Amino acid sequence: MPDAPGLELILAEINRDTPGAVIDTSFDREQAALIVDATQIRSTITWLRDTPGHEYTFLSSVHGVDYLPNEPRFAVHYELLNRERHERLRVKALLSDPAVETEAGSDVPPIGAPDESRPSGGTSEPATQLLPHIDSVVDLFPTADFQEREIYDFFGIVFDGHPDLRRILMPDDYVGWPQRRDFPVGGEPVIFTKDEVTNPGWWQ
Amino acid sequence: MATPLESGLRDEEVTVGELRERLADRLPGASIELAPEQEMMTVNMGPHHPATHGVLRLIVDLEGEVVKDLKPVVGYVHTGIEKSIETMTYWKAIPFVERMDYLAYFSNMESYCGAVEKLIGLEIPRRAQYLRVLHLELNRLHSHLVWLGTSALDLGAMGVYFYCFRDRDRVLDMFEMSTGQRMHTRYFQIGGVAEDIPAGFEKKIRELIVTLNTGIDQYEALLDRNEIFLHRTKGIGIVSRERLLELGVTGPLLRASGDAWDLRKESGYLAYPEIEFDVPVGTVGDGYDRYRVRLTEMRESLKIIEQCLDGMPEGPWLADDRKYVLPPRSELSTSMESLIHHFKLVTEGFRVAPGEVYNPVESPRGEIGCFVLADGSSKPARVHFREPSFVNLQALRDMTVGEYVADLIQTLAMLDPILGGIDR
Amino acid sequence: MEIERQKLRVHAPLDQPSSPEELRARQLRARDLLRGDLEGSDLDAYVEERVATTTLEKVLNSARANSIFPATFGLACCAIEMMSTVSPRYDIARFGAEAFRASPRQADLLILSGRVSIKMAPVIRRIYDQMLEPKWAISMGACSSSGGMFSNYAVVQGADKFMPVDVHVPGCPPRPEALIYAFNKLQEKIKGNPEQGWRSRYQAHGTEEWARGGAGSKPSEEAAEAYAKAREVLGA
Repeated sequence: MPDAPGLELILAEINRDTPGAVIDTSFDREQAALIVDATQIRSTITWLRDTPGHEYTFLSSVHGVDYLPNEPRFAVHYELLNRERHERLRVKALLSDPAVETEAGSDVPPIGAPDESRPSGGTSEPATQLLPHIDSVVDLFPTADFQEREIYDFFGIVFDGHPDLRRILMPDDYVGWPQRRDFPVGGEPVIFTKDEVTNPGWWQ
Repeated sequence: MATPLESGLRDEEVTVGELRERLADRLPGASIELAPEQEMMTVNMGPHHPATHGVLRLIVDLEGEVVKDLKPVVGYVHTGIEKSIETMTYWKAIPFVERMDYLAYFSNMESYCGAVEKLIGLEIPRRAQYLRVLHLELNRLHSHLVWLGTSALDLGAMGVYFYCFRDRDRVLDMFEMSTGQRMHTRYFQIGGVAEDIPAGFEKKIRELIVTLNTGIDQYEALLDRNEIFLHRTKGIGIVSRERLLELGVTGPLLRASGDAWDLRKESGYLAYPEIEFDVPVGTVGDGYDRYRVRLTEMRESLKIIEQCLDGMPEGPWLADDRKYVLPPRSELSTSMESLIHHFKLVTEGFRVAPGEVYNPVESPRGEIGCFVLADGSSKPARVHFREPSFVNLQALRDMTVGEYVADLIQTLAMLDPILGGIDR
Repeated sequence: MEIERQKLRVHAPLDQPSSPEELRARQLRARDLLRGDLEGSDLDAYVEERVATTTLEKVLNSARANSIFPATFGLACCAIEMMSTVSPRYDIARFGAEAFRASPRQADLLILSGRVSIKMAPVIRRIYDQMLEPKWAISMGACSSSGGMFSNYAVVQGADKFMPVDVHVPGCPPRPEALIYAFNKLQEKIKGNPEQGWRSRYQAHGTEEWARGGAGSKPSEEAAEAYAKAREVLGA
C-alpha cells in the first residue's frame, strides 16, 4: 500500500488537479484509504487509474457501508489495486442520508419501513429523491456493474449513469433496503419449551 | 476434415442472412421474409435446470442457435449472511462465513479470520500457518474435483463424475480426520486453528497424495485427448485478457488467458512465501485452457501439501493471546484463568478497536476479499465479501454472446460459478 | 415360566435340504408340477411355499418405494452431499434411486437440499406442484427443515411453511449416510409402516411436550396440577 507520506502526496496531487476532491487520508492497520467527496468520485478514480506513477487499473471490489450512528451515514468503498507494484488503495466516498434532512414534521416514512403512507397499488420503491445518489463508475470499470446493483439493492444508494440499476439479489418487488443498520434482521423467534404455552398450536 | 488436436474451428458458419439467400435461390417465388427482430427468441433457463450448477437463472436471447444476449438473474439462494453476521460476535460468525462459497469453505474462513486478525493485530504461530495452508490446498483440490466431476457430467462424461467423487470422498476423509466434519468444518479460528492434526494424519495424507496423483493421471487420460471433449471446449468462450481484467475476473479464468496473477504468490499470506510452487497459465483462454489450468493447479496443490508436511514446524497451533483466542480445551480443566477467558470469549466475545480492513485471499475461484468494519463492540458492524463467482459471472455474457447455445452449458461449467458465493 | 420350544416349520432352501428323503420328495413334486400332475392339497402346499399373496396396494407401495425417481434439485451446500450419495461410496442406487430425473414431471421425490430463500420459495412450490402424484419431499438439512442457522429476512424458516414435507433430515450438512437413512425411512413410510420412533415402542404417546396439558392429551391429575402451578410461577 502507499504508506502515509505517499498518501499525503496523492492527496496533494489530486487536490491540485480537482480541488476539494479528496477530503482526508487514513492509514490504519497498514491499509491506505482516501476519503473523497462523493460528487467528485469519477474524477478521482479516473485520476488514480490514468496517472502514470499510480495507475490503479484493477477495481477489486465496490461495496457499501452503513456507519449508522455516525454522520455521514453511508459510504461507498472502492478497493483499487495496482497489479505491477501490488499496492491496494481504498477510496471511500461518503454520502449522507437525504431522508434525514427533510424538514421535521413532514410525514415521510423512514427509509426501510414499508411504505404505507403512499397510495397503494403504486410501485413499492420509496420515492427516488429520498435516496442518496452517486455517480456510477461502470464505464470506467465494467466490473462495477453487478456490484453497484448489489449496493443499490441493499442500501438504496442510487448510481447515476448505471445502465441497468435494479435489484439483483432480493426479489424484484421487495420493499426496503436490507443491509442498512436500521433494517431488522428478521427471522422468527425460537420457540423454547417455556414459550410453547404462549404459542398454541405451534406444531401445526 | 481437421484433426481434433488442430481444430480450434467449428464447422462452416452460416449466418441467417446467407441462409435466407440460399433458400431464396432454390425456392423461387417463396418469400422467406422475416424481419430480424422476429427471429429473436428469448429462452429462460430457469433456476431449476439439469446443469448441476446451482440455482442460476439465465435469460438468453437467441437468434436461431446463436446467443445474442444473456442476462443472469441471481438471488435465488440469497441467505442474508452479511446481515446475520452483524448480530453475531466475531467468533460466532465463522460458521456463517463458511457457508457462502460452499465448496471452498476454508478460503472463506481464511479471508474472514485473516481480516479479523489484521484488525486486532494478532500474529498466528507458524505451525498454525502451515496447518492453514495444508487445509486450504486440500480444499482447493476438493473444489476442483467437484468442479471436474460436475462439468464432465454436464458434458456427458458420466464416468468422470463417479471417479472424481470417489477421490473427493477420500479428501473429505482427511478433513474428517483432522477437523471432525466433512464439510463446513469451522476449523480456522481467530488466532490459528481449532485443533492440532492427529497422529496418523501425515501418513494418510502422503498416501492420499500418491492416490490423487494417479487419479489426476486417470482424468487426464480420459479427457485430455478425448475428441468430443476437445471439439466442445477448444475455441469456445474466448475473452481477451484485457476485457477480463476490466470485468474484474480473477482466478483460473484469468490465468487461462495468460495472466499469471495469483494472490498466493503476489501477496504471500500465511506460509506461502516459504513454499515452492508454480502457477499454471493458459495461452488462449478457451474452455480447454481453463480445464488444463485447473487440472494443473490440482497437481500443484499436491506439491504444496507435500511441502507443508515436510516442513511443518513444531509448536502451538493457537496464538497465545487469551484475550482474543479461545484456549485449547485441555487447558480448561487445569487453569482457572483459561476458564474465565473461555467463558468471556464465548458469551460476550472480544472487542475490537474501531477500524476497517479488506483482506483478499486466493480461493479456488479467484480473489475472495473480506471487508470487516469494527466499531469497538464485540460484533462486527459490517462484513462484506467480494466473492469471485459474483464478479466472474459478469464475464459470462462476454463469453457466450456470438456462440451457439449448445456451448452455453459448457461455458458455464468452465466458469465454475458457485451460487452460494454469488448470492451470499 | 415354562418355555416351550417348538421347531419352526421352516421351508428349507433348496441348497440345504434337511434330509435326502425330503430332497427326493421335493424333486418329485417339482417334476409333477412341471408335468401338470400335482393336484389337490399337494398343489396347494406347493403354491403356498413359493408364492406370496398380498394386497394389490402393498405390491404397488413396495414397487413405489423401491424405485423412487428423485428430482435433481440442489439448492446449496446440502446439494454437494446429495451428489455424494450418488457417488460410489454412499451409493443410493442400491436402494433403487438410480435414475435422478431432471424434469419434475418425471420425478417422484423432491429432495430439498439447501436453504430456501424467499426468492426461490415460489419456484419450489411450482416445481412441487408440477410433480405428479404420488410424490414425496425430503427436507434435507437444517436450513430447509427449519431455517437452520439463518434466522433472518432472506430465508424461509422451514420448507414446511409452503409445502408438505415427509421426512426431515437434521445436519448441516447431513452426512450422506444420514440422507440414506432418511431415504430408508421414507421407503418405510411409503410401504405403509412408518417408523414412529420411540414413543410407539414404549407406548408413550401423549407425553410429547405439546400434548401435555393441551387439547389432545390427558395428563394425570397430579401432572396437570403441577403443570398449572409451574405455569403460574413462570407467569405465562
